[in-house]
Amino acid sequence: MSPIARYALRLGDDALILGQRLGEWTGHAPSLELDLALANFALDLIGQATYLLGQAAAEEGKGRDGDSLAFHRDVFDFCNCLMVEQPNGDFARTIARQMLFSTFQNAFYEALSGLTASPLAPLAQKAKKETAYHARFAQDWVVRLGDGTPESAARMAEGLAWHWRFVDELFEMDGLEQDLCAAGLAVDKAKLRPAFDARVAEVLAQAKVQAPAAHRPVSGGRKGNHSEHLGHLLAQMQFLPRAYPGAVW
Amino acid sequence: MPASTGDFALWEVFVRVKNGLNHRHVGSVHAADARMAIEAARDAYTRRMEGISLWVLPSAAIVASDPAEADALFAPAQDKVYRHPTFYSVPDGVSHL
Repeated sequence: MSPIARYALRLGDDALILGQRLGEWTGHAPSLELDLALANFALDLIGQATYLLGQAAAEEGKGRDGDSLAFHRDVFDFCNCLMVEQPNGDFARTIARQMLFSTFQNAFYEALSGLTASPLAPLAQKAKKETAYHARFAQDWVVRLGDGTPESAARMAEGLAWHWRFVDELFEMDGLEQDLCAAGLAVDKAKLRPAFDARVAEVLAQAKVQAPAAHRPVSGGRKGNHSEHLGHLLAQMQFLPRAYPGAVW
Repeated sequence: MPASTGDFALWEVFVRVKNGLNHRHVGSVHAADARMAIEAARDAYTRRMEGISLWVLPSAAIVASDPAEADALFAPAQDKVYRHPTFYSVPDGVSHL
């Protein structure tokens, strides 16, 4: 795959896997309103993934399409970051992940939409509006839970502690992304970090939650080194198209 | 934020379809405060491009007429059809009416 195809694949995998995770809440969220909200986010993300994986397949030019990339790759070929594949846990842990990831993803799409040379800029233009709402919603809920009851505050703190070690990976720039960045085709994620840290600190202060203690960061998702959770997610997500190839509805 | 009081309150949701039209009542959501109500209303009632503006208000703030008084309130209007402007003949030459 060309560098730009691999880049689209990374972004698409992030969106696809988080969309699938959020979809698991359908029918199980704490209230009907939240059920709809999380399903809406899942659909936004799967829409982004459809475009990005389609773009990756087109750039690759080997006759694959977005669906074959989503449903007919195995776990080591996925290059999503580790945060998005983490199990949902309770509602607070899901919200912790959403706050961290959407705050990052919104700033990322904002920057990507300004890269006029990138074939992904039109998607970023649309996705930055979607993720602005995801970030707002999740930030609000971190404050509600953090500054809520003793139980909700404890759960919020636990959720943040779970995901904290996966934050650094969001901003990692390897050789592929550095080269694309030099050509004006990728976002310099390191530049997004200070604003991200400031925004997250603001939300945590409002939520009266302590930032978790520094963890040893974990990464490797971009190279296919995933947690054991991703395989289970894929088994569920990919079952139908693999058991019934070519099935339509 | 105050301690939780259990169930969320009910809020009525109004959506404006486009500029120049009225906000219309579309349903209700449960929410702890106004901001959560706006978000819930957005997620529940504007998923299919139904609108460009939302109002929410606490259901408890609505004062309704008493159904037992319906006769006193509404029946007197029933025999006053002349209040509909349908008994006037429009002069020739008047357009745009």
